[in-house]
Amino acid sequence: MEKVLMKGNEAIAQAAIHGGCRYFFGYPITPQNEIPEYMSREMPKAGGVFLQAESEVAAINMVYGAAGAGARVMTSSSSPGIALKQEGISYIVGSEVPCVIVNISRGGPGLGGIQPAQSDYNQSTRGGGNGDYNMIVFAPANIQEAVDLTAEAFEIADFYRNPVMILGDGMIGQMMEPVVFHETPKRELEPKTWATTGTGGKRAPNIINSLHLDPANLEKHNLHLQQKYARMRAEETRYELYQADDAELVFVAYGTASRIVRNAIIQLRETGVKAGMIRPISVWPFPQAAFDQLGSQVRALMSVELSCGQMVDDVRIAAAGRWPVGFYGRSGGMIPAQHEIVDACRSMLEEVA
Amino acid sequence: MPTVFEPTKGLTGVEFHYCPGCTHGVIHRLVAEVLEEMEELGNSIGVAPVGCAVLAYKYFNCDMHEAAHGRAPAMATGVKRVLPDKMVFSYQGDGDLASIGTAEIVHAAGRGENITVIFVNNAIYGMTGGQMAPTTMVGQRTTTSPLGRDPRQVGYPLRISELLATIDGAAFVERVSVHNPANIRKAKKAIRNAFDCQKQRSGFSLVEVLSNCPTNWGMSPLESLDWVKEAMIPYYPLGNFRRPEMQESEHA
Ligand SMILES: Cc1ncc(C[n+]2csc(CCOP(=O)(O)OP(=O)(O)O)c2C)c(N)n1
Ligand code: SF4
Ligand SMILES: [Mg+2]
Repeated sequence: MEKVLMKGNEAIAQAAIHGGCRYFFGYPITPQNEIPEYMSREMPKAGGVFLQAESEVAAINMVYGAAGAGARVMTSSSSPGIALKQEGISYIVGSEVPCVIVNISRGGPGLGGIQPAQSDYNQSTRGGGNGDYNMIVFAPANIQEAVDLTAEAFEIADFYRNPVMILGDGMIGQMMEPVVFHETPKRELEPKTWATTGTGGKRAPNIINSLHLDPANLEKHNLHLQQKYARMRAEETRYELYQADDAELVFVAYGTASRIVRNAIIQLRETGVKAGMIRPISVWPFPQAAFDQLGSQVRALMSVELSCGQMVDDVRIAAAGRWPVGFYGRSGGMIPAQHEIVDACRSMLEEVA
Repeated sequence: MPTVFEPTKGLTGVEFHYCPGCTHGVIHRLVAEVLEEMEELGNSIGVAPVGCAVLAYKYFNCDMHEAAHGRAPAMATGVKRVLPDKMVFSYQGDGDLASIGTAEIVHAAGRGENITVIFVNNAIYGMTGGQMAPTTMVGQRTTTSPLGRDPRQVGYPLRISELLATIDGAAFVERVSVHNPANIRKAKKAIRNAFDCQKQRSGFSLVEVLSNCPTNWGMSPLESLDWVKEAMIPYYPLGNFRRPEMQESEHA
């Protein structure tokens, strides 16, 4: 298969088309503009539809409509735009229709900045929409992984009838790396008999709806959703363990932060410090299993994020008091240098000595 | 004996939850009859609003979506782009369309989105208990304008049909009323014209239907129909504001 050099955002857009996406609705926002731009050029060639919406609110509701009509559909945005989509995401989960949402996040709060950040971990994994809802959130650390996860996300979304989010920071969106468009792993998918394609006078009407006025019905519906989330936790959790076997300090980092941590680990090991890493690939479901595998030599965990500390809460929950949990982060679009992480590791190990 | 009247197949027969005398039910029937007469029921996808008509998805006998408040035109856009050969319509109240959903309706019209919108203007937020709407009349008392709508504080009611008629993508815009049988017949004709317009792929079509809310207006059903005629129609004149012939000729 051919290797091509691509910018992250364009590779994600191409991966979506590769994964069968034929409808895209979005609104411009930096640092993800190359996604809608690419879609506007390439989607019509693939026989699909690109439409620039009047807002992120409209875009996600166009996605909601297209998904209900049975299409493979995607939207992309960045932090403030994702904030506007959250109402729609909650409705989409409630109505059990599949779609893919890309969040190429930037610094906040508010208008924040346009440089890469991971300060939307909570926004992505907890969501700001209402109700007991969850979605799988994949956080790729390189462009190849972004491509593979984006293409597969459509299969997974269809499988669960639930949205899937690709969470990349601005760095993943903007940098260039060589990628290959592999065959996408296929799942056994039921035909979309629930889709609103017109009854043709041959069946009872299909209804795409999140309203359940009877509390007993709504509770039943919520318990059904919880069963899906439980299955996602059991079957869709993904992570990488890097040099964790003998590590005394285990970093936890995802996306761009994990790339810097990886280099810091190499440097630390050269000076005799045994460091390793848990790299969540799915940040929801969070990889609890990775923590349960850690050996008795581990003395401390440290979450490294391009934020003031969000994933660290999940790390504490996963640690469940077994290890002290430290944090190192930079925010606002500042990227930690390798030596900052090395230093943070050394002082943490001194503290717990 | 010959059958002189039958319920339309365009409605499921699920009992309406509307208050006695509310004309939402009349408007539902008109839409349903038109789709039945056009033989489009099996070919249609409707989008229900948030408002008193939130349960419209149970009443219309075709595939249905239930949208978030104000977002029905965006949702209908998503459906229509996937299924360009199907009839796609939204059914929306004045809070839904003229307040929280103004961006979505203006841009659906701007794109010339080939959908049909049934816009039910009852000058109030019915479902939430009678708060002021953007279409509430000057001086009209509501639960959030207890002394009557004061234009110095909250401005004047929006005339949505006139506003949308300035948009070239809007192929068909007409305001009708359902306060008496003669007007109900005209309303049905306008709804038919709007769906015909969609069928011919002429672009965006909207029918604004002046409707009542006896419950929240604090009137009997009969008084409320008189109020539509005497208070609303003078401010919201009935008539056609745009039809497909005007798209090229008058706005070329
Ligand atoms: C985002 C959001 N905001 C507010 C509401 C509450 N709400 C439900 S219906 C409604 C007003 C509906 O009024 P209108 O559209 O005029 O419909 P009517 O009931 O008069 O037919 C409001 C504000 C909601 N459901 N969602
Ligand atoms: S509250 Fe008003 S609009 Fe709603 S059903 Fe009752 S009368 Fe009709
Ligand atoms: Mg109303």
